[in-house]
Amino acid sequence: MKPKAGNIEIKNLTIRYGNKIALDDISISIPSTGIFAIIGPANSGKTTLLKSINRTIELEPGVSVKGQIFIDGQNTKRIRDVYGLRRKIGMVFPLPVGLPLSIYDNVAYAPRIAGKHSKRDLDEIVERSLRQAALWDEVKDRLKSLGTMLSGGQQQRLTIARALSHEPEILCLDEFSIAVDPVTTMRIEDVLIELKKKMTIILVTNLVQQARRLGDLTCFLNIGKLVQVDETEKIFSDDPGNQLTYDYVHGVFG
Amino acid sequence: MDGNEHTKNLFAATDLIHKKLRAQRTVKWIFGSMSVVILIPLVALTSYLIIRAWPSLTWDFITDVPKQGMRSGGIWPALIGTLYTVTFSLLVAVPVGVMAGIYLNEYARESWFTRIVNLAVVNLAGVPSIVHALFGLGAFVVFAGLGKSILSASLTLAIMTLPVIIVSTKEALFAVPVTFRMACWNLGASRWQTIRTIVLPNSIGGILTGIILQVCRAAGETAPIMFTGAVFFKFVKRGDLFPYKPTEQCMALSYHLHTISTQVPGVPESMLYATAVVLLGFVLAFNAIAIVLRTRIRNRKKW
Repeated sequence: MKPKAGNIEIKNLTIRYGNKIALDDISISIPSTGIFAIIGPANSGKTTLLKSINRTIELEPGVSVKGQIFIDGQNTKRIRDVYGLRRKIGMVFPLPVGLPLSIYDNVAYAPRIAGKHSKRDLDEIVERSLRQAALWDEVKDRLKSLGTMLSGGQQQRLTIARALSHEPEILCLDEFSIAVDPVTTMRIEDVLIELKKKMTIILVTNLVQQARRLGDLTCFLNIGKLVQVDETEKIFSDDPGNQLTYDYVHGVFG
Repeated sequence: MDGNEHTKNLFAATDLIHKKLRAQRTVKWIFGSMSVVILIPLVALTSYLIIRAWPSLTWDFITDVPKQGMRSGGIWPALIGTLYTVTFSLLVAVPVGVMAGIYLNEYARESWFTRIVNLAVVNLAGVPSIVHALFGLGAFVVFAGLGKSILSASLTLAIMTLPVIIVSTKEALFAVPVTFRMACWNLGASRWQTIRTIVLPNSIGGILTGIILQVCRAAGETAPIMFTGAVFFKFVKRGDLFPYKPTEQCMALSYHLHTISTQVPGVPESMLYATAVVLLGFVLAFNAIAIVLRTRIRNRKKW
């Protein structure tokens, strides 16, 4: 069987904002199977790591990036079609940002800017993405109303639908459950378990229990440094092999 | 009984609350009266102008040409002249100003170059119109060889209105949340796609406001056109919509008002006021178009 696309190889990645080091010589290998959970206290560089994968980090002022990231063996720095790269990667951020467009147009945004205009294709994409994000049943009768008028939890699922609209190989979620109620969180978690068959999922989370529930592998970052990457079971076991990991996971600090 | 007493005390207004409410009422009253105060001069001015202008204010006054050395007849050539100079200046200033504003807010990174450009724009906005007039005289009339013409006058007005159009465009774009842009970039949109699909549709109202203000300024200023293209009198047929070529000089409302009130003896007073009323009406008409446009866009406001 052909290996699934979407494995990521991060090599010696160092990122600075001015003089402040956000990520310090990180090397991680993220396989294309399963959910890769990233945990760590605030300011540990989790979001920066996600942004460097789709190269939106370059849009921030005063950033310097050293090291390489390979996606399916291809050095992302050398990729000339950066927009194509970003379409390969779905991004979901902590606070949902519904674009000031209708629900339909929100989801159809990425396909449209990629040049898809056929009404039939778009209808299909919108329905598929909204179904995948567990939002279809709630909004199917009002696709023309504004995406920004949805509730917080619905908007977060809308951003997930939007991230799925361009059929990414990699889906990155950055603390998606902050603005979402527990029931919706559970529904989205079910969705992720379903989606991991099709794409690589990177899940940044503040809730260590969420990482424990979902992660196949878990990675622990602290103040820009990689502390440990291992099987989730090992990380959460009584002997993860690293005192810092043990302390964080068991709530001693952070 | 005791518990009841307790709740009563809990919700009773204290001195602090009374003070707070008093302050609240005072502030509201002062601010409210200020917004009424600004209406007074406006109403007083326009009603005074209209009353004094009334005897001359007829349809004929607008569509007729000046007669008997400006002492009777109408102001058609000046009205059309102003329409020409304002329209031409907008045709130049709006695209240049809006595009520069977009560049400065959306593309340019913080550097010594953008800082100098921004500083220049702000300073240019503060330059008196007579200085613009002299610049226009030197640059367009003499150096570029356009002579005294509608072109020179319009270009001078464009230079004068550009800075404010740039600044207001920048401000309007700045008001669109960065998170929208981020969301688009993460979906693989280029900067231009983001600007076209999300940023511009949501800032067009603010951009239009800046343009409206500059229409009023371009129509009202006398100095910039005095040396560059306005003329004392030009023969034009009554009601002719295309009396001028761009390379010719033209009459203009603001300059016409200036000449008949200072240079020509024996002009009936009501004619002076009527000219001012027409100038005011012209500006209002231009404003009305832009305000209608803006409200129609605002109604579609999306967040």
